[in-house]
Amino acid sequence: MKKRSEFLSAFLFVLPALLVYLFYFIIPIPTSAYYSLFNWNGISPDMQFLGFGNWIALFNDPVFWKSFINNITLVIASILIQLPLALLLALLVSSRLKGNKLFKLLYFVPMMLSAVAIGMTWNFIYEPNYGLLNSLLSGVGLESLTRGWLGDPNLALGAVIVAICWQYIPFYMVIFTAALAGIPGEIMDAAHIDGASKVQSFFLITVPLLSNTIKMASVLSLTGSLKYFALIFVMTLGGPNHASELMATYMYKQAFTTFRMGYGSTVAVFIFLISFLLTVIVLRIGRRRALANG
Amino acid sequence: MASTHFRSRISITRLAVYILAILWLLIALYPFVFLVQNSLKRLMEFFTGNVWKLPEVFSLVNYIEVWTSNFPRFLFNSAFVVSISLALLLLAGSSAAYGLSRLKFRFSRVFYYLFVGGMTIPVHITLIPVYIITRRIGLYDSLWALIGPYIAFNMPITVFILVSFMGGIPKSLEEAAYIDGSTKWQNFWHIVLPISRPAMTAVGIYNSVILWNDFIFPLVLISARTKRPLTLALWNFQGEFGSDVPTIMAALILSMIPLLIFYAVTRERLIEGLVAGAIKG
Repeated sequence: MKKRSEFLSAFLFVLPALLVYLFYFIIPIPTSAYYSLFNWNGISPDMQFLGFGNWIALFNDPVFWKSFINNITLVIASILIQLPLALLLALLVSSRLKGNKLFKLLYFVPMMLSAVAIGMTWNFIYEPNYGLLNSLLSGVGLESLTRGWLGDPNLALGAVIVAICWQYIPFYMVIFTAALAGIPGEIMDAAHIDGASKVQSFFLITVPLLSNTIKMASVLSLTGSLKYFALIFVMTLGGPNHASELMATYMYKQAFTTFRMGYGSTVAVFIFLISFLLTVIVLRIGRRRALANG
Repeated sequence: MASTHFRSRISITRLAVYILAILWLLIALYPFVFLVQNSLKRLMEFFTGNVWKLPEVFSLVNYIEVWTSNFPRFLFNSAFVVSISLALLLLAGSSAAYGLSRLKFRFSRVFYYLFVGGMTIPVHITLIPVYIITRRIGLYDSLWALIGPYIAFNMPITVFILVSFMGGIPKSLEEAAYIDGSTKWQNFWHIVLPISRPAMTAVGIYNSVILWNDFIFPLVLISARTKRPLTLALWNFQGEFGSDVPTIMAALILSMIPLLIFYAVTRERLIEGLVAGAIKG
């Protein structure tokens, strides 16, 4: 009897958080899976059961696969562009640069602003007539390179990726700066005495010592890129002609623009499953490595 | 001879470091300078003149136009939603973290993993059900519609950080109080919560930025103009002001000011909070 009252009084501490969490976060997950079996506009009481019809349609939907490939392109480009530049910046702000604290603070400004504000700012950078980029190019005599960056299907995805990298590089810079501060100075001094040049000690000592941080940053970049939505939504709406479509923008448009809630749910469940799969794989690899090392 | 050679190499590296550091400073911040300098121009000057030039007459007319287009209302909406969500999130989150970390009861591990598992789940899976539920319970198009989802979505990281902090507080502190007849609630409120202030501050800073910047929930749950939080209002300014580019730029700058002030106050703590929150999440 005493045990039960102990349980209840402890459980009461958890209850409020648990109720809100179940209601808005956990229960919606199976609900989405359920909706994905129907043809439904979200409002009318008439839900037409399709079985796996939406799923079959999804696997035959070229626009969906385009958005999937774009997501993968985004992941790879993010890792390849963001991490090296972030490491370079981390080296800059960790060096004996005067005012390095101030540099770090100022570099971080884009990271804490909203994706909406960043997306709109980049719209003004890419705008064809008065945009910052085109006026810079014509200012230095490269008029032939000016173009409508976001309007060109071949360039739109790349242009959006540049904006994403610009916003997220300072984030990885901070991670690398913290890791660099953890490398003991004696190691570098010893390498220096042994005659290693700065470049040599960077590639032979710093990079190997940072390998765990680099892996963690890649994982963050990987899982984060499946969630990118607002910046792309504000900049291109996934256009032109789905050139910069991502799974998240496609899901939003299916559900809330054309009100195909069933099909939108199917895309949402797919995003969920992919994230889940990636997380499991990453955790597995991490555990295997921990076992191998331990 | 060798030493002068060495010194000149050092100063070349130092020069390169400064050049790179200033180059990135321009890349990171010039876009904002561009916005400020053009937001101060009148429409005619903007379209006929050179975007690199400073305004001939510094005019605040665009800022006044934004301010009188309900801007204070949007600011209030954001502040209202963020402060209520944050207060409830911290209250429910810290109490749950106390229960999970300091009162070992049946299934407490299960609940802990249920919360923490949410950190890896993308928000999109819940959007449609949340939209439908919000309509059914009659909260659609109200600021209150945002508060439930905001509490729920930031609960995992909040619980995770607070549990790991509270787990490290020595048991003996509470045991003495129990002997003096204090209840669990009193221990939580008077002993554990005050000690947890550093963790609460970190979680609070992280969540305020994340909530303030959120766009997807207002996009899905709010439609009336007067109910918009700042991010949604800003996005809609693009359509409302159409080709009045300097005014949109003024809106952008105005929308950034609250966060920049917050950043100026919190500085490194904001950076650390954002990075720690993301790494753990």
